[in-house]
Amino acid sequence: MKNPFVMECGNYKTKYEKDMAIFSIKRVKIRMLGLAILAFLFPLLADNYVIGLATLCAIASIGAIGLNILTGFTGQISIGVGAFLGVGGYTSAILTSTLGLSFWVALPVAGLITASVGALFGIPSLRLKGLYLAIATLAAQFIILFIISRWTGLTGGTSGMVLQRPSIGSFSFMSASSYYYLCLIILLFTIVYALNLFRSRTGRAFLAVRDRDVAAEIMGINLFTYKVLSFAISSFFVGIAGALLAHYTMIVSPELYSITVSIQYLAMILVGGLGSILGSILGAIFITLLPVGLGFVMDYIAVYMPDMQNTLAAFHELAFGAVIILFLIFEPDGLAHIWSNIKHYFKVWPFSY
Amino acid sequence: MTFFMQMLVSGIVVGSIYALVALGFVLIYKASDALNLANGEFVLIGSYICLTLVTALKLPFLVALAVTLGVCGVLGLLVERVVLRPLLNAPTISVIMATIGLGNLLAGLVHMVWGHQTRVYPNLFPNTPVTFGEVLITPVYLWSFIIVMALLLAFTIFFKFSKMGVAMRAVADDLQAAASMGINVKRVFAITWAIACIVAAVGGVLLGNINGVNATMSVIGLTVLPVVILGGLDSIPGAIVGGFIIGILQSMAGGYIDPLVGGGLKEVFPFIVVILILMIKPYGLFGRGGMERV
Repeated sequence: MKNPFVMECGNYKTKYEKDMAIFSIKRVKIRMLGLAILAFLFPLLADNYVIGLATLCAIASIGAIGLNILTGFTGQISIGVGAFLGVGGYTSAILTSTLGLSFWVALPVAGLITASVGALFGIPSLRLKGLYLAIATLAAQFIILFIISRWTGLTGGTSGMVLQRPSIGSFSFMSASSYYYLCLIILLFTIVYALNLFRSRTGRAFLAVRDRDVAAEIMGINLFTYKVLSFAISSFFVGIAGALLAHYTMIVSPELYSITVSIQYLAMILVGGLGSILGSILGAIFITLLPVGLGFVMDYIAVYMPDMQNTLAAFHELAFGAVIILFLIFEPDGLAHIWSNIKHYFKVWPFSY
Repeated sequence: MTFFMQMLVSGIVVGSIYALVALGFVLIYKASDALNLANGEFVLIGSYICLTLVTALKLPFLVALAVTLGVCGVLGLLVERVVLRPLLNAPTISVIMATIGLGNLLAGLVHMVWGHQTRVYPNLFPNTPVTFGEVLITPVYLWSFIIVMALLLAFTIFFKFSKMGVAMRAVADDLQAAASMGINVKRVFAITWAIACIVAAVGGVLLGNINGVNATMSVIGLTVLPVVILGGLDSIPGAIVGGFIIGILQSMAGGYIDPLVGGGLKEVFPFIVVILILMIKPYGLFGRGGMERV
């Protein structure tokens, strides 16, 4: 009778603690643990290319969760994530390569520096709303990139900087799977933090600001504090993702952090689902793997139409745009919503209601 | 002083084209509260279509221009019907993202059809520069300025006096009230998108005549954003004044500050200006801030 795939059913909560619990019943907890263990065992079965993709997905998930805290949960639109990734990456590069500090110091410092830059550009958010704020963050994107590419003495200008993979003692995270584990562990921390954030006073204040900021202010929420705080927390994770990415690719240069990257991150949280941690991860995986999937499709087509290879980049662009539009029109709540629909379907299966 | 005047004139000319493209943003924002980030791609498409008609089909320029505007108008209608109408009540970010996606889609299409190399319009205007005192102006610039001014004037009159223009302003002001007074809101939206697309195409044709056409031209969609924000998203005079201010400031920054910092400031300068302005006037120079109720 103890079928592990049976869904929880009904809503019989009698205490507030139960309502706030992350795992509603024990079986869900076991299932989540199983999922985490699967993620840990996965490199044993896969080859380096697949592990590399998984690492990129994990890093993107950290950044997407960060952005979702700001945009999905607090309702502040940001089109400047790309530049904030750059701040994280460059901070880590300068600290480890130029100053010779350890990666383990540089990573949190990169997060903190990005958080303070994010908070700085979040200050206008008190007076700006919606589209005006979106443009202000877009301005942040251009200004930060300009500083990065012009401050040659610090950042190496357009030629960029070279980084090393981190190490503990004599053990270096050179191999694909070891770096994957590092990113996965940080991702798990991020998930746990984000899940708990929205059970706390701060997180609920964020939700109130999103839903109706004037009402929130009347109820005693200090808008300025919480808006800037959400920019800081969000940028912290984006900065961590940026630093991890920089040490993964082992190079930083201005063109890696263009407006395209910002748009990709926005696409991740929209395709995944605004205001959903699970959605951020699903979206990050989807958008990271989309070019890979399209590559397969193109290889298949190229057999019949050899000159199609030249238009590959254009085809990526076109497909990316089409995917976003289709998602927005047909599934505005994103992959997270599709997933919950599937779950609901099986909850009552084989009956339809 | 001559250098200053030269910078001023080129700023005014570029600014007038900015104003034209910004007008496309403002129109769409006024009618449907959306920011059209695919505007740069509309500019690009208009420019390419006209170029193809002129060079490949050997049509006379004015005929080609008329056909281009027609095609772009239909494109605008199509975009509104297929992409924007399903998102009528969606949150701001979804609409922004949809137009970004649309921009990607159109850019992909353009790259597939026309490739990446720069193409040049055949000379439509004489090449010998006209001199005013010591300031040199290429006729292309002069004509662009005249055409843009005429168009902006025409639009101002259209919005003030024509039935459609009044309907558009009514919809912009209060959608529900306008609908209950018998204005066909869907039709107004569709026509707004068509006009915005046509305006972008005119900008594209003029820019193409000045610099030639290539894929990077769509950047103008982002360059113009500070203009729109500076003037205020919902103000047509704002778009015009903002266009000139940003055009002149950009030209000055390019002439005087760029040599000091090693170039590149020209592109960023409008954004710095905009951030500073927004700190003081959060809705731009002419924009209206709404009243908020709980």
